[in-house]
Amino acid sequence: MTASAPPPVGAAARRPPRPHIIVFLAPALLVYTAVMIVPLLETLRLSLFISVKNETVFRGLANFGTLFFDDRYAHAFWNALRNNIFFFIIQMLQNPIGIGLAALLALPRLRASAFYRTAIFLPTLLSFVIVGFGWKLILSPLWGVAPSLLGDVGLKFLFAPYLGRESSALTTLGLISVWQYVGVPMMLCYAALIAIPDEIIDAAEVDGIIGIEQFFKVKLPLIWPTVGMISILTFVGNFNAFDLVYVTQGALAGPNYSTDILGTLLYRTFFGYQLQLGDPNMGAAVATMMFLIILAGVCVYLFALQRRLNRYQF
Amino acid sequence: MRCSAGSTAINSKLARRFAAHAVLIGYTAVALWPVLFILANSFKSRRAIFAAPLALPGPGSFDLVGYTTVLRGGSFGTYFANSLIVTLASLAGIIAFGSMAAFALAEYRFRLNTLTGLYLMLGIMIPIRLGTIGILELMVGTHLVNTLAALILVYIASGLPIAVFVLTEFMRTISDDLKNAGRIDGLSEYEIFGWLALPLVRPALSTVAVFTMIPIWNDLWFPLILAPGESTKTVTLGAQQFIGQYVTDWNAVLAALSLGILPVIMLYVLFSKNLIRGISSGAIK
Repeated sequence: MTASAPPPVGAAARRPPRPHIIVFLAPALLVYTAVMIVPLLETLRLSLFISVKNETVFRGLANFGTLFFDDRYAHAFWNALRNNIFFFIIQMLQNPIGIGLAALLALPRLRASAFYRTAIFLPTLLSFVIVGFGWKLILSPLWGVAPSLLGDVGLKFLFAPYLGRESSALTTLGLISVWQYVGVPMMLCYAALIAIPDEIIDAAEVDGIIGIEQFFKVKLPLIWPTVGMISILTFVGNFNAFDLVYVTQGALAGPNYSTDILGTLLYRTFFGYQLQLGDPNMGAAVATMMFLIILAGVCVYLFALQRRLNRYQF
Repeated sequence: MRCSAGSTAINSKLARRFAAHAVLIGYTAVALWPVLFILANSFKSRRAIFAAPLALPGPGSFDLVGYTTVLRGGSFGTYFANSLIVTLASLAGIIAFGSMAAFALAEYRFRLNTLTGLYLMLGIMIPIRLGTIGILELMVGTHLVNTLAALILVYIASGLPIAVFVLTEFMRTISDDLKNAGRIDGLSEYEIFGWLALPLVRPALSTVAVFTMIPIWNDLWFPLILAPGESTKTVTLGAQQFIGQYVTDWNAVLAALSLGILPVIMLYVLFSKNLIRGISSGAIK
């Protein structure tokens, strides 16, 4: 609210009715409520029910009991959760890389800075279908591009069918995701770095703090809030990720479910796959768990982290 | 730099500049190479793809067979039209509804203002995918499954929170004097919105447009679930299924991937200034 909002014309003790406020707000509120909020609540509600012969029966938290402990679901659920956490940790590699690139780009009077930024940001815009299949081709042992490139630098022995091995598939997908999204922390940190006022940098230089030391002692602490924001957005994105795994490894998230994350588990549980029948209520239970995890992450960020990461108003 | 250190300082400064460029060029190569590599190979014959994957297409290896397979094998014209309709219609809805709501939130004092704002912004942190089961139920109930309208509604709902957030900030910067002058001249509130406020936030509108457009165009989840029918497939879903089918036809796969990359690159070249400025202004706030 602006403090200087105009007083309604002829404001007396009672304001005249202002139907235009409702007209302005109604379309957005209507679509948003009907298509986003209500279905979300409906999904949460469905997780408490079970359908028996076309009738829905209230089951309380029993679906979650099934999800956590029943043999049919528990193994897949804990596996997906573990994989998802691992996927998030790998994804966090984007922060140090992005900050490093941003620090270089923010060097005063660096030539071609705009070109580097534009180029490094490009993969972020591509769809997972392109990124996933593209990397699948490049890493394919059949084609042999990756081994011959590694061979050129004498590292051919490092090559393995990275996406086809249980031990390395998820890490590889995580790194592909880092490759695609490193532009985001780079861009946001770059913007934060160039927004640091010259006086602060001058003051640091007067105190003899320059170069690398200046970066770690002065600039980095000033951009922590940005890094915190990127991290929470990445957290949210990762715990509802689906496309990259689905595109490269299929809905079964192979090999042997080693790349299964909550998004692919939700898809299989809800729609069914091969021998497994789809179950909307169990699907809703998985979605509810994703919701709670994301909510927990966002709350930790809002109430614990963000307060400590002081925002500096320049 | 200390003056006494003179030329060594300049030398080390040059060396550091050089190192910075080396790192940046290296990473730029890492970012661009896979993209360029796929584009280059999509123009080569099957034999050349395997014999010399790292070579550029030349007179001996140039071949458009992949593209002809794609154009014959999939209805990419339809998919492309569907994506275009969905993206543009969603964008129009997000911009229209979002700017109206943002104007109301920024302009008027009313009792539920803050609460309405917070309610609309919930969606920035809570992804719409979590409500998929409810959304599918809704679309089945309203017979919207396998229509583009289902996708458009979902994308409008998912794009509104961030649009309202950004546009409200911009609407607040419009001078009150200007609007009050309009009121004295007898403009209605709707006219003030349409004739004064909207033109003034146009840069913000194009920023919002560019960065809501990309996730919509690239989305796979909702087309897969809400509109998987042949006549309503989007490019992203169509390409995914086409590639899945033709997985052994490398020419076709590479051509399909390239057809997905090229429009994005073209749009990016056109709009990159806006996009980058938008991202930066979002970060500084």
